[in-house]
Amino acid sequence: MHDKQPAISMRNISKSFGPIQANSNVSLDINRGEILALLGENGSGKTTLMNMLSGIYFPDSGTIEIEGKPVVIGSPKDAFSYGIGMIHQHFKLVNVFTATENIVLGLKDQGKYDLKESAKKIKQICDDYGFDVDPDQKIYDMSVSQKQTVEIVKLLYRGAEILILDEPTAVLTPQETDKLFAVLRNMRDDGKTIIIITHKLNEVKDISDRVVVLRKGEYVGEMVTAEASTQEMTNMMVGRQVSLNIDRPDPEMKYRMERIRVKNLTVKNREGVTKLDNVTFSAYTGEILGIAGISGSGQKELLEAIAGLQPVESGTIEYNVDDEQVEQLIGMDPLKIANMGVILSFVPEDRLGMGLVGSMDLTDNMMLRSFRRGNSPLADRKEPRHLAELVVEELEVSTPGVDTPVSKLSGGNVQKILVGREIAAAPTVLLSAYAVRGLDVNSSYLIYDLLNRQKGNGVAVIYVGEDLDVLLELCDRILVLCGGKVSGIVDGRTTTKNEVGLMMTKLGGGEDQ
Amino acid sequence: MFDFLITFIPRAVAQGIPLLYGCTGEIVTEKSGNLNLGIPGVMYVGGISGVIGSFLYERSLADPSQINPALGILIPLLCCVVGSLLMGLIYCFLTVTLRANQNVTGLALTTFGIGLGNFFGGSLIKLTGADIPSISLTATSNLFRTTLPFAESTGWFGQLFFSYGFLAYAAILIAIGASFFLNRTRLGLQLRAVGEDPATADAAGISITRYKYVATCVGCVIAGLGGLYFVMDYANGIWSNDAFGDRGWLAIALVIFTVWRPGASIPASILFGGLYILHLFIPTGTDLAVKELYKMLPYVVTIIVLIVISTRNKRENQPPEHLGLPYFREDR
Repeated sequence: MHDKQPAISMRNISKSFGPIQANSNVSLDINRGEILALLGENGSGKTTLMNMLSGIYFPDSGTIEIEGKPVVIGSPKDAFSYGIGMIHQHFKLVNVFTATENIVLGLKDQGKYDLKESAKKIKQICDDYGFDVDPDQKIYDMSVSQKQTVEIVKLLYRGAEILILDEPTAVLTPQETDKLFAVLRNMRDDGKTIIIITHKLNEVKDISDRVVVLRKGEYVGEMVTAEASTQEMTNMMVGRQVSLNIDRPDPEMKYRMERIRVKNLTVKNREGVTKLDNVTFSAYTGEILGIAGISGSGQKELLEAIAGLQPVESGTIEYNVDDEQVEQLIGMDPLKIANMGVILSFVPEDRLGMGLVGSMDLTDNMMLRSFRRGNSPLADRKEPRHLAELVVEELEVSTPGVDTPVSKLSGGNVQKILVGREIAAAPTVLLSAYAVRGLDVNSSYLIYDLLNRQKGNGVAVIYVGEDLDVLLELCDRILVLCGGKVSGIVDGRTTTKNEVGLMMTKLGGGEDQ
Repeated sequence: MFDFLITFIPRAVAQGIPLLYGCTGEIVTEKSGNLNLGIPGVMYVGGISGVIGSFLYERSLADPSQINPALGILIPLLCCVVGSLLMGLIYCFLTVTLRANQNVTGLALTTFGIGLGNFFGGSLIKLTGADIPSISLTATSNLFRTTLPFAESTGWFGQLFFSYGFLAYAAILIAIGASFFLNRTRLGLQLRAVGEDPATADAAGISITRYKYVATCVGCVIAGLGGLYFVMDYANGIWSNDAFGDRGWLAIALVIFTVWRPGASIPASILFGGLYILHLFIPTGTDLAVKELYKMLPYVVTIIVLIVISTRNKRENQPPEHLGLPYFREDR
């Protein structure tokens, strides 16, 4: 396989978005008839790199060669003319159309418009590769995995030779994943080339022939999957980093008490996929409990379940008001939970989606927490304004003033305002997710400091983070989630990155299965 | 009873045809994701444009009864098409190119259209110098009202089916054509995709802007013909300001009533036409208050249907998913 000329070679590809370097100098060969896994942590530039192959982005520098000839891929259409098709995480399908209608949409076929004929052709493709698609089924009636299948058939119908799948298993159940992998193998045996973007090591082992690892936008190495161990891949993916020194004061043992007790919590999302499976743990006052896990392992659902925003299948969440009084949080109104001092500060991917209103200014956003206070029909604006000024000053928010709409501020500053407001509410439990996402080093340290101060005040802090190094240095204990199950709870002072990394990808962190 | 139906149904049809035009036009528009609330204004402009054309043509003749049949039909028809097309272009430019709010733009267009119609209507009435505040275009109207020659000789059957002017049959053909276009052609599929999920359509290489422009403008032209039919056929060529009433809004209500199916809009518009005039046929004696209540019928039916549809949560019966929202590729 390796002596042949590669189907695609990318040479010294670089791409940056503003000041952020998404890819720098990546060179990569893709051979015909193989399944290549592109492995890397979140934000390592995997998707960006593939988007350049599929014509969504255009590289700043570097060349792409197909069959040895340099080509320019300026649009998805161009990519298609070279037989490259990509399936994104968000499907591009019209809900009220049937599978067939979606597959032929936009195709400039010769001849008569005949859906029956197209349906026959689709059935043929499905039979060839073992897909399970009913051409006449409407998209809204389909499960996520069926929709994904329609996307794959759509590419094959148009004659794609090289298929790129961006984290295809993120939304699938294990059984659906097995089914997908089976058809991917069929397609490979038929001579198609498949690139699968993932950060799940077990999937890499399971499906790929070769694995290329990216870290922080750079190519770090490649391995033949059969000859590599999970350990080696982890090492390569996580890499050695400059050690950050984050303060970690010892918890005050004097006042230590169990604040939140979660027992056998099970949560399913709207599609019926189990996101949390029998989760049990406790959070104590005066400590930071870190939550580690590959993104989408149930972190969001866990925090939202505690905050009362997520319907729960089964299990209990108990909140100890003091030594005697215990409250059950499940079924309680989110507002009531918040008033008890359980505060959720969640920084979603689009930052403004939850917690702040983009078109309102700083003062008004502060008021979102306080407008119910008092008995006067008029809202008190003085206090929130004062709070806004305080947050701006304390957290070094760069803004023209407290009357600026928050959507005009940069992401990092928006995050500071959100976290600052939540902390100012004097919580007893602080749920914080991705609090430093997208923040520069300096701002991150400010946030860590804030969290530590809360810990010193006896708050039970639950911190969901992406960066393992930070989790290891900041948290007293770390709960590791793997596919919605608790893989283990480790002591932040004694554990190692390897241990946590393995636990993230495999339940209990055992060696190869 | 039979005699009643023979007189009632043709009147219901004549009443329903303007609604059918408006409804078909609005369905085609809404399938592209544009919610054009300017339809009442567009129909008004369609009507007055035709009136202006035929008024000027009739005045240029020494004897209006010697009117050239081809010109007498083509001139108002062409004026109507141009007038409503311009309205469609204004709407598209504002909402598609400049991405203005569709509801506000549509309502503004309705206000504008009705104002424009009344302004020119008023001016023309001044020109005629008549005492009655209306314009009478009898010669043109006679052309538009020409029925099939055997309508008279076929008794009740002719009464029911052949007693209408050509624009009535055109309305039904256009509705059937729109239904076929939307459901049976590749372009129709692509137009529906634009209204449902423009991002997906865009990714499939369909030009969102072009489809929205063309669908909205064609929709406006179809709706405008409804205004023309109302003046020239239904109202016997007599234009008086505000006579068109709220038929434009009823047409938009019909779109929801028919759950975006032009085929269904044919019987539905006739039904609404019937409901619209039913109060004339129900003997209420001298109690005029009761008559006013019967006038509510089409609106009451619309509200009931809206409630029924919203409880039956079938996906096909929902408006196009992206209806009323602007599309901007970089907005994702």
